[in-house]
Amino acid sequence: MKYPIMIRVKQKQIAQLVSLGKRLDGRGLNDYRGIQLEVGVVGRAEGSARVRLGKTEVLVGTKIELGEPFPDVPNQGVLTVNAELVPLASPTFEPGPPREDAIELARVVDRGVRESKAIALEELCVEPGKKVFIVFVDVYVLNHDGNLIDASALAALAALLNTKMFNYEVKEGKIEVKPGYKPLSVKNYPIAVTFAKIDDKLVVDPWLEEEQVMDARITITTDKDGKICALQKGGYGYFTTQQVLEAAKIAKEKAEELRKLVVKG
Amino acid sequence: MAQKKPEKLIDEKDVRLDGRGLKELRPMKIEVGVLGNADGSAYIEQGKNKILAAVYGPKEAHPKHLAIPDRALLRCRYHMAPFSVEERKSPAPSRREVELSKVIREALEPAVFVEYYPRTSIDTFVEVLQADGGTRCAAITVASLALADAGIPMRGLVAACAAGKVEGRLVLDLDDIEDKEGEADLPLAWMSHSNAITLLQMDGSLTLDEFGQAVNMAVEGCKQIHGLQKETLKAKYVAVKEEVEE
Repeated sequence: MKYPIMIRVKQKQIAQLVSLGKRLDGRGLNDYRGIQLEVGVVGRAEGSARVRLGKTEVLVGTKIELGEPFPDVPNQGVLTVNAELVPLASPTFEPGPPREDAIELARVVDRGVRESKAIALEELCVEPGKKVFIVFVDVYVLNHDGNLIDASALAALAALLNTKMFNYEVKEGKIEVKPGYKPLSVKNYPIAVTFAKIDDKLVVDPWLEEEQVMDARITITTDKDGKICALQKGGYGYFTTQQVLEAAKIAKEKAEELRKLVVKG
Repeated sequence: MAQKKPEKLIDEKDVRLDGRGLKELRPMKIEVGVLGNADGSAYIEQGKNKILAAVYGPKEAHPKHLAIPDRALLRCRYHMAPFSVEERKSPAPSRREVELSKVIREALEPAVFVEYYPRTSIDTFVEVLQADGGTRCAAITVASLALADAGIPMRGLVAACAAGKVEGRLVLDLDDIEDKEGEADLPLAWMSHSNAITLLQMDGSLTLDEFGQAVNMAVEGCKQIHGLQKETLKAKYVAVKEEVEE
């Protein structure tokens, strides 16, 4: 909402094209931009992945540390997702504590991983009520060109699949580190698919200019069985029931395509 | 105070723990114009939820650089009182509250004619005094009434209600324990104008089929709540009219 006049000018053009089933960058309404994925890009992190979705670029690193469980779930490890909209990624990002966009982004990514039970948190318990592993997933947005949610969720999943944990043994309540690493066990593969509503039509994977003119946004995360595990509507507009159901159907199909990029074999 | 998890949340006859049927809302009580200083205010009790909402504005946007040249800036703060939940909640806004403030604002904005009041702000404050599951929905229901009570032109009232899945069955208006122990929770806000869904979130696990059913169930719930909202507003103005006539 930074440049209302420019947005007005673009809005007409983008909306007209969308009503013809076309988009400014030549994609069809249900097409993703090109996706490039690299894993293990940060050696110091337990796991990492960089996703390029068109010009949008997101880096996710994971760290695993020992800590205390939450009192209401004493026998489960902890999953923490945080997102940073670092100022180098966009002229609209400013330094400082996370704004609501960053918090929403982190929470939508978190919901997908948590609700699909991608990480078996009960396997991360060392000593019930006292010691568990905490999995930190840090989303770092490097270049913002729209649809940060899908890029971040994809990078988060790829980073988790790339995550290694050290081997350990518990002896008399103390942890002894053993040589070698084992992969973090990832049991499900949640994929987020985001739609923008422009001129009463849905477009998949909105880029920045489309996000600036869209009425509303909806993100649907499906798991490996095609079940919906998380959902988030955003933006100042609304959806009809038909649009929501249509989006859910497309999201399931698109998620299957994207999942193949991250999960090999 | 701690609740023990019961063995079953729904019995063989499809009766829920609090005696409700699967598609039944919790008992609701709504009032408008409950606060003296606010331009508009409302109070809701939905089951054990007790929530207050107040609206100030349209007024000069402050700080000024936030003013939008062609419409009003709608702001919303969702906040839980420290004593509203089992374990004391720190009064500092949590990440959850920041996110909910955002989605509640985005659920209300489609209903408000923000373009009538350029360069101003309309501030909506929601305080959860007691929480028992489904507070974001009750917050939207009550905040939209507070906006209407403040005389702000709106396309319609926004009603909100969750549907979800508990022990394999789809249910309406989940309370706290059903939300925590259940398999899915789908909060939805609905506006009669354009049959619009203005808030939609979900966590848990639903098949496409169940998802469709849950959305329709939640919309039906919202329609009931919408009826109650209208009655409440009308009742207020009828009372005022009677006073004038006396």
